[in-house]
Amino acid sequence: MIAARRLAIGLWLAGLVLCALQVAQTRFVADLSAFLPAAPTAEQRFLVDQLRDGAVSRVMLIAIEGADAPARARVSRALARSLGSDPLFTSATNGVPAGFERERKLLLEHRYALSPNVAPGRFSVEGLRAAIGETLDLLASPVGLLVKSLVARDPTGETLAVIDQMRPAQGPREVEGVWTSADGNRALLVARTRATGSDIDAQERAVAAVEDAFRRVSVESQAAATRLLLTGPGVLTVRGRAMILRDVERLAIASTLIVATLLLLVYRSPLALALGLVPVATGALVGIAAVSLGFGVVHGITLGFGTTLIGEAVDYSIYLFVQAERGEQAGDSAWLAGFWPTIRLGVLTSIAGFSALLFSGLPGLAQLGLYSIAGLAAAAAVTRWVLPTLLPRRFRIHDISPLGERLAAIANAASRLRWLVGAAAIGALVVLAVHRDSLWDPSLASLNPIAKHDRQIDAELRAALGASDARLLVAATAANAEAALEGAERIGQRLDELVAQGKLGGYESPARFLPSAAMQRARLASLPPSAELRVRLKAALSGLPLRAERLEPFLADVDRARSSAPVTREDLGGTALDAALEGLLFQDGAGRWTAIVGLRPQAGSRLDPAALRDAIAASGVPGVALIDMRAELDRLYAGYLDRALLMALVGLLAIVALLFIALRSPARVARVMAPLAAGVLVVAAWHTLGGTRLSLLHLVGLLLVVAIGSNYALFFDRLAQRRDASTPRTLASLALANATTVASFGVLSLSSIPVLEAIGSTVAVGAFLTLIFSFALCPGTPLSPPEHT
Amino acid sequence: MRLAAALLAGSLFLTWSAHCADWDVTRLFESLAAHRPERAAFKEKKFFALLDRPVESSGELQFTPPDRLEKRTVLPKPESVVVEGDMVTLERGGKRRTMRLSDNQQVAVLVESLRATLAGDLRGLTRTYSAQLEGSPSSWRLLLRPLDPALGTLVERIAFAGDASGVRNVEIFQADGDRSVMAISPLAK
Repeated sequence: MIAARRLAIGLWLAGLVLCALQVAQTRFVADLSAFLPAAPTAEQRFLVDQLRDGAVSRVMLIAIEGADAPARARVSRALARSLGSDPLFTSATNGVPAGFERERKLLLEHRYALSPNVAPGRFSVEGLRAAIGETLDLLASPVGLLVKSLVARDPTGETLAVIDQMRPAQGPREVEGVWTSADGNRALLVARTRATGSDIDAQERAVAAVEDAFRRVSVESQAAATRLLLTGPGVLTVRGRAMILRDVERLAIASTLIVATLLLLVYRSPLALALGLVPVATGALVGIAAVSLGFGVVHGITLGFGTTLIGEAVDYSIYLFVQAERGEQAGDSAWLAGFWPTIRLGVLTSIAGFSALLFSGLPGLAQLGLYSIAGLAAAAAVTRWVLPTLLPRRFRIHDISPLGERLAAIANAASRLRWLVGAAAIGALVVLAVHRDSLWDPSLASLNPIAKHDRQIDAELRAALGASDARLLVAATAANAEAALEGAERIGQRLDELVAQGKLGGYESPARFLPSAAMQRARLASLPPSAELRVRLKAALSGLPLRAERLEPFLADVDRARSSAPVTREDLGGTALDAALEGLLFQDGAGRWTAIVGLRPQAGSRLDPAALRDAIAASGVPGVALIDMRAELDRLYAGYLDRALLMALVGLLAIVALLFIALRSPARVARVMAPLAAGVLVVAAWHTLGGTRLSLLHLVGLLLVVAIGSNYALFFDRLAQRRDASTPRTLASLALANATTVASFGVLSLSSIPVLEAIGSTVAVGAFLTLIFSFALCPGTPLSPPEHT
Repeated sequence: MRLAAALLAGSLFLTWSAHCADWDVTRLFESLAAHRPERAAFKEKKFFALLDRPVESSGELQFTPPDRLEKRTVLPKPESVVVEGDMVTLERGGKRRTMRLSDNQQVAVLVESLRATLAGDLRGLTRTYSAQLEGSPSSWRLLLRPLDPALGTLVERIAFAGDASGVRNVEIFQADGDRSVMAISPLAK
């Protein structure tokens, strides 16, 4: 017996050390993509990857407000310069680029491969005449001076055509030479980070770099009255993480303080408090270690959720301390025989409930599930096998039997009101039935932890800067980059038709920066041989003020182009074109290539998904899809909501099955489940009446209500089976356990993170209700200890 | 009486000759600033060594104080250039381009001289050019040469000619021998 106890202590200590070692080398993360589905299909994976690591995830939107327009412009320019030379950023833009000055030589050299105008007709007599006429008109214009030097080499104006198609077609308006919001009150910049959006540490450094640079340049530019606004996926993730960590810390402290105060008030013994927290601490440590082992990383939200474990795991020691027979050592054989089986069953039902989370398909929720299962199992095991040994002889807590007796009296009164429970449940059912169509929130937005103010600024800056629609885009996926580019080109031809019909404002295709090799070869092949071109040129120039002799450099360039190789991605290395391609043409983990075509609506109107879908279908490109980011994510989420509902049902069935096995009586199972069902219904109806649409997290919360409430119901079931002198103490222990649970989940409901708030509010109210309902529904004659009967 | 007449004539002569002697670049620009045209028609010919004939264009200039100049070309192709502050906006064939004068020296050289002269902004002009004036108020010729040798490789000199009512002719001589001539005639306000 002693040896067994020593072994238990030894195992516990060894386990603590191992867990501590594991936790010490754990990486903590906080990106909310953990609460995006793990995405089983390729398309969904693409979507989630795009959100996490895509070009969109690297964009940082910067606005400068306050002071006056010239001051904002000065700061904007200085900031763009500063960030432009910062290795954390690949670019910082605050206006229309001067025209690819650095790339001009490259573009000039490859103009016949890159120009969209190069086609067989372009170098016919008529084509040449039209193109050269165009160039002569340009010479007469004020920019004539700029193109003059190119005419001898490029009389058909291909270089300008190449530059024109690469320049963004429309951006924000410019004031004082820098991008400015429509109301003129904010100077705007777009920076792109080198790191992906999911690299939060790097994003945090980038945010700090912008803030530092702004502080510096606003002083240097004598514009101290300007203010900085910063947004973008990375920025919001960094803020989200800071918020989560801050929240988690606050919640953990508040929860611990409240529970400790409560226990201290009841136990009136600091030693009992310290011992009571042993299972909790062990559970938390084991939970984190288990998640770390199972997932490789631990999410900040898991830690936040972990504070609720304080409320639940502390129950076990409460049962141990409070339920001990008067004058008996806590954890003695009487308690083991009388109470442990009930607690064990409670732990098992909780674990059955949490298992549903493990299979929810959302890594974040699976973490919560694993954490809770490991944590509760460890806490219960420590309560059973370790804690009794740790208790000093004559360990006593303040006797709370009087509290239990008062509760018993209340329960007696309450049991006369049991019809109220039925009425509440029926009322709740009616509410839920009336609102059945709007019960569940099918969008992911409800999980968004970003503060409303931040989201609004993000939307404003996005609208002010947004060339391409961030919601709809076309993705062409193929086995290699060449095929993906060819797909983008073929789609582009269809989109050109939509642009001509006025159904589309424009589009951004990677093929504009790097046409497919096939397209380039076709263009180069359309160039006539030198002798032929000479003849055509002579005919084309008749009547024009330009003589063919002056265009020898043109003939030489065309001749050289005819035999040159297509431009490759390597040729573009380090140029602005390469940077532009980065987000538009990329390889995924599986080696497949994707070309993204961004869509721009006609000014003042929205994109027409149906027309776009038709155009894409008509292109006949395999592996191409119009992706509606938000609708797709919502669909993805809705699919997971369905799956989670199914999982919750499975979890519920598992709990019922467990109860059947343990209680072996349908009537008893029904009695245990009745208060839980009533509790769940009333909480759901309470949310619905309060205008909250239920999300996946509320579902998780309801599942926890069942898991936690089953403990209470089981104790009442036990009381119904054998009423003895321990009844008041049992009632007192349940009241105390419930108080700690409600307190810790109640604290969670104050969180600013929707994920935690939803679970917290649901469980706090639900746990309280299930206890009250269990009280009221406790069968038979009034609950009172035998000595009073 | 004769003496008086002689004195009067003498004083008149003195006044006149004093006026003549005082007529310098500053005076010219005061007068230009006073007679700033709001709208004027222009006809421009550009001579390129590359081309056998000059290319011609015509349209309208519009100046709005303090610093907005719009050059709207009608022929051969409709297009417009608006200079306002440091910004140049080009519109041509439905496309708009914006650039900063400070980023595009070549354009700035040409635009700035015209705008400053039309506006009577001597200070702005003499930041970039040395100015040399010939002739009389009724027929003058102002010769500008870039102060910056780097600009000198683009534009050799700019010659403005005009009369009492303002600028009539602008001739730009580029360093490579190409040149342009623009004739300006004020339109009714």
